[in-house]
Amino acid sequence: MRSRRNSYLIAGLVITGIMLLVTVIGIFWTPCSPTAMKYGRFQPPSMAHLFGTDNFGRDIFSRVLKGTGTTFAIALSTVSIGAVVGTLVGAVTGYFGGVVDEVLMRLNDALTAFPSFLLALLIVSLVGPGKEYSVVIALGLVFIPSFARVMRTEFASLRARNYVTLARLMGAGSGRILFVHLLPNTVRVLLPAFTIGFNNAVLAEASMSFLGIGVTPPDASLGYMLSEAQSMLKAGPWYAVCTGLTIVLLVFGVGLIGEGLQRREVE
Amino acid sequence: MTAYLIRRVGMLLVTMVLVSLLTFVAFSLVSGDPARTMLGTEATEAQVQTLRQEMGLDRPFPVRYARWLGGFFSGDLGTSYSYRQPVWDLIGGKLELSMWLCLMSFGLIALISIPLGVFSYRFTGGFADWPRTVLNQLCMAVPPFFTGILVSWGFGIVLRVFTPGDFPGLRNDPAGAVRHLFFGAVCLAIPRVAMTVRMLRATIISEMNKAYVRTAISRGNDRRAVLNRHVLKNSLVTTVTFLGQTLAELVGAGIVVEQVLGIPGLGRFLVTSISHRDYPVVQAIVVILAFWVVLAGTAADLINQAIDPRLRRTAGGGA
Amino acid sequence: MKKRILALSLALLMATALFAGCGSQPAAAPSATPGSEAATEPAVLENPRASANEISIGIAQDFDSLDPDYMTAAGTKEVLFNVYEGLVKPNSEGEIVPAVASEIVKSDDGLSYAFTLREGVKFHNGDPVEMQDLLYSVERRWRGEDTAAQLSALSVIDHISADGNVLTITLSEPSNEFLAAVMNAYIIPDGYTQLETAPIGTGPYRFVSRAVQDSLVLERFDDYWGNKPSIQRVTFKILESADGLVLGLQSGALDLVAHLSSDQTVQLDKNDFRIEEGSMNLVQALYLNNAEKPFDDVRVRQALCYAIDKQAVIDLAFDGYGIPLGTSMFPSFSKYYDESLTDYYTQDIEKAKALLAEAGYPDGFEMTITVPSNYTPHVNTATVLVELLREIGVKATVQPVDWGTWLDEVYGQRKFQSTVTGLTSDNMTARKLLERFGSDVGNNFTNYSDTEYDETLAKALRATDDAEQVELYRALERNLTENAANVYLQDMADLVAVREGLEGLTFYPLYVLDVSALRWA
Repeated sequence: MRSRRNSYLIAGLVITGIMLLVTVIGIFWTPCSPTAMKYGRFQPPSMAHLFGTDNFGRDIFSRVLKGTGTTFAIALSTVSIGAVVGTLVGAVTGYFGGVVDEVLMRLNDALTAFPSFLLALLIVSLVGPGKEYSVVIALGLVFIPSFARVMRTEFASLRARNYVTLARLMGAGSGRILFVHLLPNTVRVLLPAFTIGFNNAVLAEASMSFLGIGVTPPDASLGYMLSEAQSMLKAGPWYAVCTGLTIVLLVFGVGLIGEGLQRREVE
Repeated sequence: MTAYLIRRVGMLLVTMVLVSLLTFVAFSLVSGDPARTMLGTEATEAQVQTLRQEMGLDRPFPVRYARWLGGFFSGDLGTSYSYRQPVWDLIGGKLELSMWLCLMSFGLIALISIPLGVFSYRFTGGFADWPRTVLNQLCMAVPPFFTGILVSWGFGIVLRVFTPGDFPGLRNDPAGAVRHLFFGAVCLAIPRVAMTVRMLRATIISEMNKAYVRTAISRGNDRRAVLNRHVLKNSLVTTVTFLGQTLAELVGAGIVVEQVLGIPGLGRFLVTSISHRDYPVVQAIVVILAFWVVLAGTAADLINQAIDPRLRRTAGGGA
Repeated sequence: MKKRILALSLALLMATALFAGCGSQPAAAPSATPGSEAATEPAVLENPRASANEISIGIAQDFDSLDPDYMTAAGTKEVLFNVYEGLVKPNSEGEIVPAVASEIVKSDDGLSYAFTLREGVKFHNGDPVEMQDLLYSVERRWRGEDTAAQLSALSVIDHISADGNVLTITLSEPSNEFLAAVMNAYIIPDGYTQLETAPIGTGPYRFVSRAVQDSLVLERFDDYWGNKPSIQRVTFKILESADGLVLGLQSGALDLVAHLSSDQTVQLDKNDFRIEEGSMNLVQALYLNNAEKPFDDVRVRQALCYAIDKQAVIDLAFDGYGIPLGTSMFPSFSKYYDESLTDYYTQDIEKAKALLAEAGYPDGFEMTITVPSNYTPHVNTATVLVELLREIGVKATVQPVDWGTWLDEVYGQRKFQSTVTGLTSDNMTARKLLERFGSDVGNNFTNYSDTEYDETLAKALRATDDAEQVELYRALERNLTENAANVYLQDMADLVAVREGLEGLTFYPLYVLDVSALRWA
């Protein structure tokens, strides 16, 4: 039974590992130049062009390699921002409670009820479009509320534990209790939340690129490519299918890791 | 109960005002000038300035917000900048479409995932476990707009069951409209069905591990009877909360699907209005969406209290 | 074990039931939609609309205001050309011809114009057009209360007087562009305020209904003073997705769609549709912010011009459709258009690199091309440009922004490095295409500044002699090319898909779609 449970983790790690490897390879080498427009418009997949070519005659496989890297980088940094800030907010509100908690949580509610892409558009506009980090900051902020909520619950429940009371009696300061005693214990919630967040970040970045309201990274990400592909469904359906399946595979791999982590936790 | 309702309505109002304030702040910071957008590239700077004055955009921020808020509470959502028509006339029909999309999708999720979740618990572990988990994860990994693209290719371009982008009117062609919406609803439902099934299964497992269940079973009660009589009822609370959250999320997720399949709903209108800086429209839609989100949460809470009266005390006392 | 297999098969069954659900749905429904009915039967010629003398036209974007004062979208003007008319109107030759006025007499000093009200012109509500309507319509666009609605080109008017059936407009100075400007002062009923929801004009088609983001319906106006149109009823269907338009044509829901891309036209069946090629009458270019480094150096701008092969852009992004341009003028203005400027810069990578080195950028530089994300042709062009610029060591990135941001930051505040867009002239005068590059002009968003240009421009605008003005305009064009103000690319092709059997499509040197010329064979 045990081995079966872990096999999700392993399978997930293998898939994600392969995707990562491919991404790293993509940074240094691609079979064709991802930007060269010389391979003929709308060539269906073949040995020369695994995923075919697009409307400019670019090799889609090479573009997907590069695009996966962009998507990976954006999702990872986005979810990191969300996790770090969300944990801080969750820790403060969950541990101390009171007015701060009430205010921050109402704000959290409003942020949740606020369309996320509007928030992202706002931030991109403030940071200035065209900078690599503007999209990351924008999406990162969007992810804070969900992390904050999860971590708040976790910190609130941990606060009542005996060892916390003991630590307090022994004269440990709030900061020490929060980050030395409690934080390591939240990892079991944080890790699966991180994997789910990563997946949501991939999908959110893709949706924003898709809506074309300016929350677009300077280098083509998978989501941006998918939105391009939509208008070429008839002429080159392989473009949408290959790009979309890459997104699915990326999310699937990380999802399996999350599943494995959670199951290990349940046991 | 009344106290609870008052508190809920209060929270609803606070959230909506906060959201509208956020939108207002957002638009006073975001680059883009509604007057300029209305007049286009051929207008002179002087014309843009005059129009700004006429639209009251030169007034300080608090004045504009107070004015909007006043209008809002007296039921006036303002006039669209680009269409020069009352906002409510413009969004009424679109709201209807988005609601249908949302509710159809929600119906699919509830109808499919609850039986499937229970079913999935019964067959935990062993042979069926891994294909089920893989299928579950796979469904969760499919972004609704990718499904949307596949559906518009498969059913739209190849099979010509519907025309993506050409939405038949709800009144002239109800069958066509429902069919179109149905595809959108399916795209939205797939990952969420997977999530709900997963959640329900996990809840039942943890519930079954609780002391009262173990005791009941050890006393010789039939496992299945315990499951049906007690566990399911207790898991229902979590499920309803989860579904309430799903219902709230569907509105946001619907925006992208509306865009892919060309459903002229609120989401698509919101996106165009943002890019045309049509604040009154954006403002109204955002507040409606926020209202929906809070309403879904409240509805879930109320249902839960009906299921489990114990919850009333805690809810009344302030969560 | 048995149970598990059963479970699995049940799960599968449920999954298939879900999909069968979508599959079986259509079988019950096709009879309900005329669109899908036509889709299942390949015989498109039996178009029910042809016998009813109706057509359905697909358009890619929603209308903005239907009130002529507030219509700014080219797509709205294009359609409402069929509803509203001015004292004069354009014809397909690019001439200004009498419309609501039957006769126009210009005084010898060029200072006054006498318009005779045409007899028997009626508004769509049945009321006859009277002198006070003319006065009202022109005056409000000249100095009406609603200042935002004023046409700046009408500011040359000194006073307006009415005498019997003659409206006399006196100018403060002679102007060659006055007639073209007064063309846009559409004639509407005196004091009428419902233009937004129930437009009334004097054109060949009258407004029937409109659904925001969905459709606009027009009907033939039988009391029209001019040639009676053939088509009885027109539905403009708004389909914002690129596929929607093509699918609409294929399924039989649409009869005509203009402004298609070559990628879209290749998807159509040659037996059902004919593709007519006109031009968009705009100047598409890589517009450079001449005040921003490194584009403040003429050598850098010239280097970009040498680096870019216009034909390559047209081939890669537009499948070969489009007319290369070398300056801010397009061939429809044949009088002013100087074709020789197109080949002023021919692709020469070495020369481009040398110019860059001379300007102090031997290794190239980085630049951003900001494009409005809702205009796919411009985004595609920018993508190709990035690739072409790479050859001279310039590393460009495409930054798509939404339309509101583009208008404000690029066009309004001029906070940009470079952008791809198409500039047009909405009133048949070449003036707009050139006037905007004067250094003090409000909409000179490229910050082009050249004293010689300013002087020539001032002379050209003052010139009353036509031949002299033509010469000066051509000098302006040459100035823009020589100083490489921008990297001029092309006049984009306007590809129109027309259903077989539909005839009479007429291209104008303006962005209009004349429905009155169309007819079913």
